[in-house]
Amino acid sequence: MDIAIIKYNAGNIRSVQYALERIGASAVVTDDEAEIRRADRVIFPGVGEASGAMRYLKDRKLDRVIQSLTQPVLGICLGMQLMCRHSEEHDTECLGIFDEDVRRFDPQGQPFKIPQIGWNRISDLKGPLFRNVEDGSFCYFVHSYHASTGEHAIATTNYILPYSAALQKDNFFGVQFHPEKSATIGEQILKNFLEY
Amino acid sequence: MLTKRIIPCLDIKDGRTVKGTNFVNLRDAGDPVELGARYAAEGADELVFLDITATHEKRKTLIELVNRIAHQINIPFTVGGGISTVEDVQVLLQHGADKISVNSAAVKRPELIRELSGEFGSQCVVVAIDAKKEQDGEWYVYLNGGRTPTGIRCEDWAHQAVALGAGEILLTSMDHDGTKQGFALDITHRLSVGLPVPVIASGGGGTPQHFLDVFREGADAALAASVFHFREIDIPDLKGFLSLHGIDMRI
Repeated sequence: MDIAIIKYNAGNIRSVQYALERIGASAVVTDDEAEIRRADRVIFPGVGEASGAMRYLKDRKLDRVIQSLTQPVLGICLGMQLMCRHSEEHDTECLGIFDEDVRRFDPQGQPFKIPQIGWNRISDLKGPLFRNVEDGSFCYFVHSYHASTGEHAIATTNYILPYSAALQKDNFFGVQFHPEKSATIGEQILKNFLEY
Repeated sequence: MLTKRIIPCLDIKDGRTVKGTNFVNLRDAGDPVELGARYAAEGADELVFLDITATHEKRKTLIELVNRIAHQINIPFTVGGGISTVEDVQVLLQHGADKISVNSAAVKRPELIRELSGEFGSQCVVVAIDAKKEQDGEWYVYLNGGRTPTGIRCEDWAHQAVALGAGEILLTSMDHDGTKQGFALDITHRLSVGLPVPVIASGGGGTPQHFLDVFREGADAALAASVFHFREIDIPDLKGFLSLHGIDMRI
């Protein structure tokens, strides 16, 4: 199976690659359109900040490429957020694959820290991505922005408010947490994505 | 519910894990790759790796080691020691680190924090602070493994670091480090309630009760080294104890 990880110039893309190696798969990191289109699975990790990341994609015309992919695609963290409609982070128009908007966590005067960093439960799990994953399992999150819980939500997490921990629409999947850093649960989720 | 984190720390010198008391008297604690894998399997929430030699010549060995550990572990991995440029961080991330920790270089040139968070995001940048309580009862920042006083108040520096883009603060009390007499509760509490980002308490954890105490003071995570390396505290037992006492843990 050919797996393409969409390349950015920064971030822990290597961790995604190593996680795939641990479950016996290998992936190439690429921003080449032909290579991405050819792949059986595409992983869109997303790092840094939304407007800069969208600009990077647009400069390489990767925005159109991602929107038009027909094989299973998995957005991780900012990757998932960029697959939504709009992000409050520097008022960024995103790819519009999921009908959700991304907003900054508002602690509302409570002692909540932002970003949320650490392990939190994923619940209301739906669909093939969470096969053999128990409701309430812990995953590792690092983020300051969150997606609303509309019709494409396939998992929710609660931090200050309930939000989408994962989204799915057709062949497009997105996870707010980092499966590559979520111990054996994360590995199971990555396996499920590869086997979808 | 976001859980509190237990973080084993590997202090690396010449490719081996070492541990000292109050930053001196180092003794060998084993192979870092083996230890890292063991901790991930035992339910550690994160792993921190600090290169305490961090000389230019040793850099290549360190990077290879980071790469070997990153291949093994399925939990977040922070690397620190000798980082002073954007390029240093790029290399570490390319070899499998998820976050990096900066200390002395950031105190000497605070703009470094802004450069790193601008390039890699705040979530990637942990600012480590080695602090010591002086006779006036205030906590001050020390550099170079605790050898050099700066005269900068710990709280002032922590707030400045966050304003510049630090995503987490790793606070080590040099007075407590390696003593196993408990964490520095006063300063940990002040930073934990005062800062909008997570605070990792480090230095002095010797018993499960010490971890409970520091979490009750508001720490978001607690880091320790030798008690885990020498199996004085077992991670699953520790998490069980904390959970039983009402601290949210990933078990």
